[in-house]
Amino acid sequence: MSKMHYSRRNVLKGGAAAVAASAFPAPMIWAQNIKDVVLRQAGTGVSAFNEVAAKVKEDLGFTLEMTALDSDAVTQRAATQPDSYDIADIEYWICKKVWPTGNLQAMDISKIANYDKIAGTFRDGKLTPESVIAQGTAPHTVGFVEGPGSTTFATQDSGWMTLIPTIYNADTLGIRPDLIGRPIDSWAELLNPEFKGKASILDISSIGIMDMAMVCEAMGEVTYADKGNMTTDEIDKTIGIFTEAKKAGQFRAFWKSFDESVNLMASGEVVIQSMWSPAITAVRAQGVPCVYQPLKEGYRSWGGGIGLSAGLTGLPLDAAYEYINWYLSGWVGGFLMRQGYYSAVPETSKLFMSEDEWGYWYEGKAAAGDIVSPSGTVIEKAGAIRDGGSFLDRMGKVACWNAVMDENQYMVRKWNEFIAA
Amino acid sequence: MRRANLNSWLLAAPLTGVLVVFLILPILLIVAVSFWSADEFSFRPDFQFGNYAYLFGSAVAWKVFGLTFMMAIIVWALTLLIGFTIAYFLAFHIRTQKWQMALFLLTTIPFWTSNIIRMISWIPLLGKNGLVNQTLISAGIIDEPLQWLLYSGFSVCLAFVHLYTLFMVVPIFNTMMRIDKSLIEAARDSGASGFQILTNVIIPLSKPGIMIGSIFVIALVMSDFVTTRFMSGSQLANVGRLISNDIGLLQYPSAAATAVVLLISVLLTIGAMLRLVDIRKEL
Repeated sequence: MSKMHYSRRNVLKGGAAAVAASAFPAPMIWAQNIKDVVLRQAGTGVSAFNEVAAKVKEDLGFTLEMTALDSDAVTQRAATQPDSYDIADIEYWICKKVWPTGNLQAMDISKIANYDKIAGTFRDGKLTPESVIAQGTAPHTVGFVEGPGSTTFATQDSGWMTLIPTIYNADTLGIRPDLIGRPIDSWAELLNPEFKGKASILDISSIGIMDMAMVCEAMGEVTYADKGNMTTDEIDKTIGIFTEAKKAGQFRAFWKSFDESVNLMASGEVVIQSMWSPAITAVRAQGVPCVYQPLKEGYRSWGGGIGLSAGLTGLPLDAAYEYINWYLSGWVGGFLMRQGYYSAVPETSKLFMSEDEWGYWYEGKAAAGDIVSPSGTVIEKAGAIRDGGSFLDRMGKVACWNAVMDENQYMVRKWNEFIAA
Repeated sequence: MRRANLNSWLLAAPLTGVLVVFLILPILLIVAVSFWSADEFSFRPDFQFGNYAYLFGSAVAWKVFGLTFMMAIIVWALTLLIGFTIAYFLAFHIRTQKWQMALFLLTTIPFWTSNIIRMISWIPLLGKNGLVNQTLISAGIIDEPLQWLLYSGFSVCLAFVHLYTLFMVVPIFNTMMRIDKSLIEAARDSGASGFQILTNVIIPLSKPGIMIGSIFVIALVMSDFVTTRFMSGSQLANVGRLISNDIGLLQYPSAAATAVVLLISVLLTIGAMLRLVDIRKEL
């Protein structure tokens, strides 16, 4: 099989046969059985698309049942109901919380065909050899464990991964340029009194606190030793500033799920808010101008991956590995890239994108033709350039990762008080 | 034990069994868990009052409980006023039973769509660029869109009234239909005015319906968390949201303690209401 011109189906057949041969003496029986396998995937809504489940059925033959929950709910389920899912599609900060419960199993990287092609961010934390690692829970710091059964994270590539990385992105504020009418270049603008009653922030503590920290730091109100691991004093100051703003009527609403953020922005209730990339795409698909505004302080970044329930064994476990290998083989990556995310294995995703799509989404080039969303709506006309530019421009300016701090419990209590204040 | 007596015990046993397993045991479990202790991801059996101490010591919790009670009282008053009026109209002003039933079914319209759809559909109506604001602006009544129409205490209240008025209409309408029409004729013959008939005949005889409706509305409003979250844009919190936040963050013992306090306060409220009207006697 030539390295450059392989088809995905061939790779899968090869991979499947290899897995089958190692697990079962008679691949025929396996091939029949696998149709009955049902894998239950619980995850955050960011990557739970019905198209993916349909494609799994078509390419791999087994059934993938997806449940999309908000980040807190998925953390709760992963930590307390290990029997209710086979695959956890979660973010790295969730992994940091859930891994110590022992409900996920370490994964053997020798079974991952495209391991070598996974982006460096997930392996040694370095985007490029010169990169400085940002504050917060960077994926590689919770990406490995010493071996099966280990509940402590390894400091370097140990051959056993906690999550197989699939997706990541750099988040910033979304704005309505038509309703603001002037350039926005700093996180501090979120609390600018000019936007009183027109701002919003997300009500998910682990992510929201980082957005808050970016704002407070940009305002010059708080100086953090490490935003990703705040002291109780820093937490008090940060949430105090936002509680004051809330009482002064700065916020129109808070949002918890993706669709709420889309509604707030598209209806014009809010003109500046924390937002996720596909939400921007969804607002634009409605014909409403919306910009994912690059800011001078940099991005708040996150990464996600697939974890396996500790209870998964035998045939379903083999099916899960096959699913992961399929996931990294490019089709899903291309699909996610068109949503505005980055695939953890860009090399394979490229094979499933047109040259123009790759240029627009990854390389930051002007679109040669119309850019179409995965659902078929035209979201950009020819000549458009992605907000923030190329992959290196965006991921190279990460200021912090979504984080779980030592003082997490204290932060969560303060966060609840902020919401109830 | 006499045979008849044994038979009635046996007849009651299945229901008792179901209630014990599905109602009493879970409540006892919640009470037990409320004394447990927890850290971030695990909780363990214990007997300590830390969860209650935190709850009663937290200014935010007091404020949230206060807001929950206030919301329940406002919604109760409004649904009672509207619900009673609708039931009165249906029972005494609509002559044929066919039309009574047709109009009664109309009051169930809010339940024809899902909760989420209803919540979303308030945005085009009450939002900054919504129908109400646009109409008021084009009529020259206001210059700036009214912010408090959506994502405010007002919108939460509106959604509750919209949803729960039916729970007042049904029991009140039901008791009103059972009022012997000759009583009203007798009052009229004795020279009572329309208002006197309402206050001296209809309201006293509708009391059980009013009370059942009130229990429904108060219990529903106090236990809600979804409506408050969506209609206030997450800006207001009620006790239900405190509990759901705790559950979301895996703080089950703390959630259980809040649930126990909420349960007791709802039971006390309903107990006080039942002191006013003996439903069983009146039915």
